[in-house]
Amino acid sequence: MSVLDKRSADQRHSRPEKEPGALPGSEAGDTTAGDTKSAREPSRSGRRGLPLALNAVSVALGIALWWALASAGFKLPTPPEVVSRAGTLISDGTLADDALASLTRVLIGFALGTAVAVPVGFLMGWYGILRGLIEPWIQFFRTIPPLAIIPLAVVAMGIDETPKIFVIFLAAFLACVISTFQGVVNVDRTLINAARVLGAGDATIFARVVVPASTPFILVGMRVGLGSAWATLVAAELIAAQEGLGYRMQNAQLYYDLPTIFVGLISIGILGLLMDRVLLLAERRLTRWQERR
Amino acid sequence: MTSTEAKISVQHVTKTFSLGRETFTALDDVSLDIANHEFVTVVGPSGCGKSTLMNILAGLETPTAGRALVDGAPVSGPGPERGVIFQQYALFPWLTVRQNVEFGLRTTGVPKAERRARAEHFIELVGLERFADALPKTLSGGMRQRCAIARAYAVDPSILLMDEPFGALDALTRVKLQEQLLKTWSQDKRTVLFITHDVDEAVFLANRVVVMAARPGRVYDVIDVDPAIVRDEAFRLSPEFAALRNRVWHSVYHQEGRTAALSGSHSSPS
Ligand SMILES: Nc1ncnc2c1ncn2[C@@H]1O[C@H](COP(=O)(O)OP(=O)(O)O)[C@@H](O)[C@H]1O
Ligand SMILES: [Mg+2]
Repeated sequence: MSVLDKRSADQRHSRPEKEPGALPGSEAGDTTAGDTKSAREPSRSGRRGLPLALNAVSVALGIALWWALASAGFKLPTPPEVVSRAGTLISDGTLADDALASLTRVLIGFALGTAVAVPVGFLMGWYGILRGLIEPWIQFFRTIPPLAIIPLAVVAMGIDETPKIFVIFLAAFLACVISTFQGVVNVDRTLINAARVLGAGDATIFARVVVPASTPFILVGMRVGLGSAWATLVAAELIAAQEGLGYRMQNAQLYYDLPTIFVGLISIGILGLLMDRVLLLAERRLTRWQERR
Repeated sequence: MTSTEAKISVQHVTKTFSLGRETFTALDDVSLDIANHEFVTVVGPSGCGKSTLMNILAGLETPTAGRALVDGAPVSGPGPERGVIFQQYALFPWLTVRQNVEFGLRTTGVPKAERRARAEHFIELVGLERFADALPKTLSGGMRQRCAIARAYAVDPSILLMDEPFGALDALTRVKLQEQLLKTWSQDKRTVLFITHDVDEAVFLANRVVVMAARPGRVYDVIDVDPAIVRDEAFRLSPEFAALRNRVWHSVYHQEGRTAALSGSHSSPS
């Protein structure tokens, strides 16, 4: 009870009566009249087709623009040059090796970052004392770009995989921990009260109210964390890497090899996008209960 | 009425909140006894401490001074004998109607089969059987509140504390739910403390209407309604009802002294 009281003291100024959109799924402004099932969800299929077509048009236009610029004499490789370079890099196995090396680093760093961030975020949101102890460090490290950590990481950890994974871990952790913490802090007081009057103790409230209520926040944090992980990858592969998409691009830079740089960029983009879609799918499944506009 | 025979007894309860350096008196020396099986409505301008009073009885807040007794024992936290229904429904949005109704039964360790049966019974009672496996987001406001009512009933409380439960609903749904509530109450005779800012609702439902005033929150007036009256449409349209309504209306909207009765943003009763 003491824990909850402390939380409530923090939250008192934003009483849940009319919190503008603080929590996904909050009840503000329910105008559904009568006792009929709300007909808020229009037919799905009709809405899906158009954006997809627009997406495709947009991609085609972008490539056309790129091609036009390259032909107009800008320092850009043309799409066919990039495609043929991609062909070579694929057939000699370089691209697959690089992609695998990078993917492994990102996945390990991201997985570790998330695995640590979620419990730490919960602890910070739940226990005021821990929040006070941990928060300054998180705020401090958040202001340091991962690139700036690299010299320290190399000196402290050597030049093998450890420092690379460490900086990716840090980036993913910082993004995810803040969001998890926000999720816990934003849990609707009324839901906690509702659980309490139904006989729930702290442990039950945590497991059956706080965890599900903060899931949307955690998943958003994971997606942001994944983005940060990819963003940090190239920096991480500055550290004496032998392979990896970032390494390949830096190497190509030495030889003004623009097509290879483009292949690297596009590969990172595609891999990042695919992983993001996977998380988005998980998010959709796990937060189906949320009210969406 | 002495406090020992009252089901609920609020004795000289004062509640202050500290806002920075200032303190705000939400409740000032409020006393109120509610007998077993009584249906009491509390009406008053917004900010007069109605929710604070209910939260104290629910065990969600503690009084700064005075005490609240339920069945003669001081309230020291929430308890299964007190069911609470919130204005914002407070359904767990990730649980289906059935899972919501079973929530309190799970926390109190009711075995699965019995849980199922009891949930089924109360879902039927509020007429949601077709929506037992629906998520709250697919329900209308009235259905959500019926689900919340089923959830509170499921743990079989002897007291119902209801904080503006129908406040967010349209007039027609509200009248329907009022009638349903009275029907169930006339069968099981729980003790009900029903908070509202709607004068009609307060008069229609109550054995006793408690009018509160704001700044500081206090009991301003108490109006008895003959419990023998049959609460049906005829009553709603009767001269007795009009007279009572008149009386309560004046008490709420023409409070003497430094009151803020008309400054609140609450919707005015029809
Ligand atoms: N936790 C709190 N901290 C500070 N002020 C509060 C708190 N809870 C309620 N109040 C204030 O106490 C007064 C009474 O609130 P409340 O009981 O919600 O009134 P009502 O339900 O009658 O509208 C309001 O002015 C409100 O702002
Ligand atoms: Mg209120």
